[in-house]
Amino acid sequence: MLEMRAITKRFPGVLANDRVDFDLRAGEVHTLLGENGAGKSTLMKILYGLYQPDEGEILLNGSPVEIHSPTDAIDLNVGMIHQHFMMVESLTVAENVALGLPSNRGFRTDLDAVSERITELGTRYGLKIDPSATVWQLSVGQKQRVEIIKALFRDANLLILDEPTAVLTPQEVDQLFKTLRQMTEDGRGLIFISHKLHEVLALSDRITVLRQGRITGQVPVEGATRESLARMMVGREVKLAPDKPAVEPGRPRLRIESLTVLGDRGDEAVRSLNLEVRAGEILSIAGVSGNGQREMAETIGGLRQPTSGAIFIDDTDVAGKTPAEIRAAGLSYVPEGRMKNGCIGAFTVSENLLLVDHQKAPYVKWGLFDFGVIKEHSAQLVKQYAVKTPTLDTTARSLSGGNIQKLILAREISGTPKVLVASQPTRGVDIGAAEYIHKRLVEQRTEDTAILVISEDLDEVFALADRIAVIYEGQIMGMVDPATTSREEIGLMMAGVHPETTSDRP
Amino acid sequence: MSDFFTTAILVATAASGVRLAVPLLFASLGETFGQRSGVLNLGVDGIMLLGAFGGYYAVLQTGSVWLGLLIGIVVGMLLGLVSALISVTLRAEQGISGIGIYLFGLGMSDLLFQKLVGTPLPITKFPKLNFPVLSDIPVIGELLFQHSVVVYLAFLAVPVSMYIINKTTFGMNIRAVGENPEAADSLGVSVNRIRYATVIIGGTLAGVAGAALAIDLGIFQQNLTNAQGFIAIALVYFGAWRPVGVMLGSLLYGFVNAIVLQLKTLAIIPPDLSDFAAMAPAIITILALVVVARRFKAPAALTKPYSRGE
Ligand SMILES: Nc1ncnc2c1ncn2[C@@H]1O[C@H](COP(=O)(O)OP(=O)(O)O)[C@@H](O)[C@H]1O
Ligand SMILES: [Mg+2]
Repeated sequence: MLEMRAITKRFPGVLANDRVDFDLRAGEVHTLLGENGAGKSTLMKILYGLYQPDEGEILLNGSPVEIHSPTDAIDLNVGMIHQHFMMVESLTVAENVALGLPSNRGFRTDLDAVSERITELGTRYGLKIDPSATVWQLSVGQKQRVEIIKALFRDANLLILDEPTAVLTPQEVDQLFKTLRQMTEDGRGLIFISHKLHEVLALSDRITVLRQGRITGQVPVEGATRESLARMMVGREVKLAPDKPAVEPGRPRLRIESLTVLGDRGDEAVRSLNLEVRAGEILSIAGVSGNGQREMAETIGGLRQPTSGAIFIDDTDVAGKTPAEIRAAGLSYVPEGRMKNGCIGAFTVSENLLLVDHQKAPYVKWGLFDFGVIKEHSAQLVKQYAVKTPTLDTTARSLSGGNIQKLILAREISGTPKVLVASQPTRGVDIGAAEYIHKRLVEQRTEDTAILVISEDLDEVFALADRIAVIYEGQIMGMVDPATTSREEIGLMMAGVHPETTSDRP
Repeated sequence: MSDFFTTAILVATAASGVRLAVPLLFASLGETFGQRSGVLNLGVDGIMLLGAFGGYYAVLQTGSVWLGLLIGIVVGMLLGLVSALISVTLRAEQGISGIGIYLFGLGMSDLLFQKLVGTPLPITKFPKLNFPVLSDIPVIGELLFQHSVVVYLAFLAVPVSMYIINKTTFGMNIRAVGENPEAADSLGVSVNRIRYATVIIGGTLAGVAGAALAIDLGIFQQNLTNAQGFIAIALVYFGAWRPVGVMLGSLLYGFVNAIVLQLKTLAIIPPDLSDFAAMAPAIITILALVVVARRFKAPAALTKPYSRGE
């Protein structure tokens, strides 16, 4: 039904799409796979009329079309669900759906008819929603449903889904996939964008891989594996799970005892939480975001005050201490907000590497920085952690996400911490850099460090963890062994369902 | 003081408060449309001044108050178009470009007045309506049923604006564009077309407000509006971007203003304090704004020009 031929799109300094060919048949799911910045969204925004291609042509049902605006796309029955929700939060579901459409009643809105049709579509495709609800009240999963209804309402035969699962729980993803399959059964064609490999394999009929604006492979889903897809994305062999040398865990080095922490809205985000991380092990916290993991990590790092409870690093209680005191007690912390808490964008690479140790010898001599030593130290870290930066004096802000993350990790690990807390260490980071970060985290186990990794990415949790703790509404739902537990079991626990047979602490 | 608290004077004061609210009501309703769609037009006062001069001059030349009002409309529309061009198409910083329109209106209206008129001559005012029976009811008659058509038009514009904003597709588009222009654009709503429409509506109503003010007073002079256009903008915030709120704000300002004028006339406020008294309406209104307005959120895209990511 769709053919895009030799599409080229340039942005100042970037070739976002380089002679890309892409096609879609009715009734199939064709996935566009690629790292961040590969050019997936750009290609799709061209198809939806948000960008104009510099070269190339688009054919729909055999005839060439010009798509100058979303209106043109909608008229051609092309729908798009954007990477970020495209909704007016202060309007109701029905109003959001009706937006931009002519009303049956002339200049007056006709929301009753719209609501009726929403309910109808909802029943048919398993998209239950209250049309009169205001959008800001909805959960993420519900908003996603509204986005799909918006497209269905406009009779989209070709639907583009740009990373629709990024914010969903595993259960919501399952539900979404059911709906999407039903849509392909009706003969609609779907373009699915993702970089989560297991989802791609579960949903797609065909997969096209983009790297740096170019197509590097197109394969049917049969015979594709996570490894083969990752290789096409990165351009070399990738280890998705790091080799993990066996390390015998030692004594507990991080002990959290009935910790209670308030969230930003004054509610109890963490409720009497208990947790132990032992020397030489990686404990992963799995959970849907918003269940207290961020607040817990911030409290360990000293960025947030607990209301009660204790946090021991070895034998020192650091609960409620300042970040500097906690670091002195032996904590290294890779925070969730790379640019907000992890580094200073306007500082150079070298300055960022020094942030924690800037008051100590050998970097400071007689109250002054010793730039020779600093330079040497930074150069060594940059090399050792494969941070790609033009110079040591480049500002951190101009590096890519993956390299910023490596930079932060380099700073945090280099001091051989007693306890390392890493929040979402590879979120938004490309596979190559993620691979490297995982390798360093696993290596750190042999240094007797107790490592706590907080991640929403179940692939990452499974790849790294010696033990998995599932967090739900501020409490640990259960502690499981990744070797004997399935994703489904963990998915259920993340949704608050108690495991019937909790495997005992491994 | 006791002179003030007689029925006759209280009623007359209240009735004049209603009248004084009219220019503000027109201007702030117009500004509400613009702001709901995400455009802050700080030039309202300038447009009012030119609308006022246009209206005054037309009445002076022809003697027809209706022609004067029409000229106010045309002047307002044109300046609304210019404002839209600057803030929507050229995507100028809205906090600054409106000041330019204001200064232009302030200077131009005075210049035209000096060149074309010179000495202030009074003009015909709006005729007062006289409703059979209703106008003769004591108190209520004077308060509600002895005004000119323009007063009724202004208050009629309130439910009409509410209807447009809340019940029509145009209004829904306005709200969408003011909150999340990107989302509206992605559904084929032309952000620029909607914003042009609302800014022109805003300009038109500001022009009407100016003409209504001049013809109500029967006079024109330099800076006739005395910054009422800016009060109108504040009232939009005070009224939480809702026509009824804006109307209540306009009435509050009108009443406070009428009371101050009455107290001055009765010499209850000594003349040497009259400059302070003149500031009272603005101060009281702004204070009310500070207390009330906190609870409501401004349109999320207010003052933000839109361009498709390219
Ligand atoms: N509006 C834009 N202006 C400039 N550069 C852009 C713009 N949109 C995308 N890019 C660049 O084009 C490249 C591809 O981006 P994108 O299509 O968003 O990637 P993906 O969706 O695969 O993550 C990136 O290098 C990005 O920085
Ligand atoms: Mg993208």
